[in-house]
Amino acid sequence: MKYDRGVLNDASTAVAELRHVSKRFGDVDAARDLNLSVASGEFLSFLGPSGCGKTTALRMLAGFETPSDGEVLIDGAVVNTLEPFRRPVNMVFQSYALFPHLSVFDNVAYGLRQRRPRLSRAEIAEKVSRTLDVVRLGDFGARRIWEMSGGQQQRVALARAIVNEPKLLLLDEPLAALDRKLRKAMQIELQDLQRQLGITFILVTHDQEEALSLSDRICVMRDGRIVQIGTPRELYDAPASRYVADFVGSSNFLEGRIGRITSGHADFTGVSGHSFSGQAGPGIEEGASGTLSLRPEQINISRRQLEGGHAVTVQNRIFLGEHTEYVVRHDEIGTFIVLASRRAEDREPPLDAGTQAYIAWNPDAALILRAD
Amino acid sequence: MRLYSLVVYVFLYAPIAIIALFSFNAGRHASDFQGFSIQWYGRALNNPFVMDALETSLIVAFITATLASILGTLAAVGLQGLRGPARAIFDALIYIAVMIPGIVIGIATLIALVTVFDVMNPWIENLWGDADNAPTLSMGRGSLIAAHTMFTMALVIIIVRARLGTLEQSLGEASADLYATPLGTFRQVTLPLIAPAVLAGFLLSFTFSFDDFIIAFFVAGSETTLPIYIFSSIRRGVTPEINAIGTMVMLASLVLLIVAQLILRRGDRT
Ligand SMILES: Nc1ncnc2c1ncn2[C@@H]1O[C@H](COP(=O)(O)OP(=O)(O)OP(=O)(O)O)[C@@H](O)[C@H]1O
Ligand SMILES: [Mg+2]
Repeated sequence: MKYDRGVLNDASTAVAELRHVSKRFGDVDAARDLNLSVASGEFLSFLGPSGCGKTTALRMLAGFETPSDGEVLIDGAVVNTLEPFRRPVNMVFQSYALFPHLSVFDNVAYGLRQRRPRLSRAEIAEKVSRTLDVVRLGDFGARRIWEMSGGQQQRVALARAIVNEPKLLLLDEPLAALDRKLRKAMQIELQDLQRQLGITFILVTHDQEEALSLSDRICVMRDGRIVQIGTPRELYDAPASRYVADFVGSSNFLEGRIGRITSGHADFTGVSGHSFSGQAGPGIEEGASGTLSLRPEQINISRRQLEGGHAVTVQNRIFLGEHTEYVVRHDEIGTFIVLASRRAEDREPPLDAGTQAYIAWNPDAALILRAD
Repeated sequence: MRLYSLVVYVFLYAPIAIIALFSFNAGRHASDFQGFSIQWYGRALNNPFVMDALETSLIVAFITATLASILGTLAAVGLQGLRGPARAIFDALIYIAVMIPGIVIGIATLIALVTVFDVMNPWIENLWGDADNAPTLSMGRGSLIAAHTMFTMALVIIIVRARLGTLEQSLGEASADLYATPLGTFRQVTLPLIAPAVLAGFLLSFTFSFDDFIIAFFVAGSETTLPIYIFSSIRRGVTPEINAIGTMVMLASLVLLIVAQLILRRGDRT
């Protein structure tokens, strides 16, 4: 089941909600005025650099931290001080936190065995083996934890959480310890699993690619605050600030002053004196300083003069497989990163370092953002 | 340097070796060896005084070890929640408790218990009404167990604390996250993981209590433990029988200590 944006505004289906939630540790503000509503069946990610408060937000939902201010709601009920073992929520820990004295089977069965009234032995065995099959560890039930590889342990941790069919599954950087290839495979598995089970997922990550490829919505955080929430597309195409544009995908930034703003478009004068126009980002003001953001793949590069193009020197070329990345320099405006696709190269052979070239872009591709 | 360490080892182990050797002496004197025999072992094991003392020692050691491992484990787990200066103070007090000489503990416990008994006994008599048949508190097995438990509990706390320190905090959180109550978490996660340390603490406490002479000498009252028996019979001269008892006690203690070490090592691997 794929999350539908329409249900988001319907408060009755919110599985979890944060209302003006803050958390202070001594004089550190780990979370400041967090507001968020997670819809049933949604896959939401917290994305942000180290120390921005992602884990803290997750731990308040799990019940390991009590907010200093505000309300945490699960299924519409305020749970600020409800102990973790009473919450219909499960967490996959970054370190996995598997019980070393128990077998794989017993680890997965742990949550089921705490249920009162008790489940029958057969029922537990049935659920556990079904879940182990889901994470493709069907034959590993009798194994000890230390006999499992990192990726297998990760799947045990996942199985141990989902076997309980929680309302909400919290995942704290569950893939961070895996190598790149395994991480990719596990990302796909995670997404399949989420669709198959219909459980609401909240994933913490500082890997923007992971957030972009898995999530229905991403919640970008900075210094304990949520700076923007939106679908991956929205965040990529319409970042609200330079910080988001920088953190979600990569971008070229030009510093300058914001000129006239008319119906969604704005003029912009760079520090080099060059004038540009582009789409107006949210909250910008005429005359204020701002940033022009331009995605590398939105820039065309060619040997030939392009209409409205700027003359540049190619400084470096990096072959990336699907794409070729160029670092080019304009004498006055500065350095640009340009991403040329394979198809563009079919028309024109690759440019060598040192050659003269022209770059140009559609004015709508440029975003004028407030500086921050 | 090598010669020096050799001398040190000879100095350390020669007396013990001599005791073991002379326990197999066929003659009756401890000082001249008159052929090999195990008769003294038989004598020792058939001596009712030795067997009584052994029984007392075993009972005291077993109860001491049981109490010390339960109380020590609970204290160690409780102390886990403590942070900051309070924790440093508790840690220091525990280490000091282990380092205090036995004679100080013996005298201190003796004085403390005598004072308490002097206060309590008239009180109990009053409550009882019948002064002649009222139970009186006095030195004996109870005071011996109390003194040993107090001391060995500190050992258990140190061993269990070390083990708790190696456990990930997130294991407890994972257990709570999987709906286990705090008591459930203790029973199903914490206890199984610290079990080797608790068992090792039990064995060390047992050995300590079984071997202890100094504290027992002060607080045992009319009870005779094996070390007290050995001490009092030595005053009548060292016989090969004493050597035999000493050798057996030493062997038993050594085995227990080695087992405790093995358990701790195996526990660390998981
Ligand atoms: N128990 C605590 N006591 C004191 N400070 C804490 C505690 N937990 C977190 N903090 C502080 O709160 C801030 C946010 O921490 P948090 O663990 O939520 O960050 P994070 O976004 O998860 O970072 P990372 O990506 O490195 O895991 C940090 O500055 C951290 O030092
Ligand atoms: Mg974190």
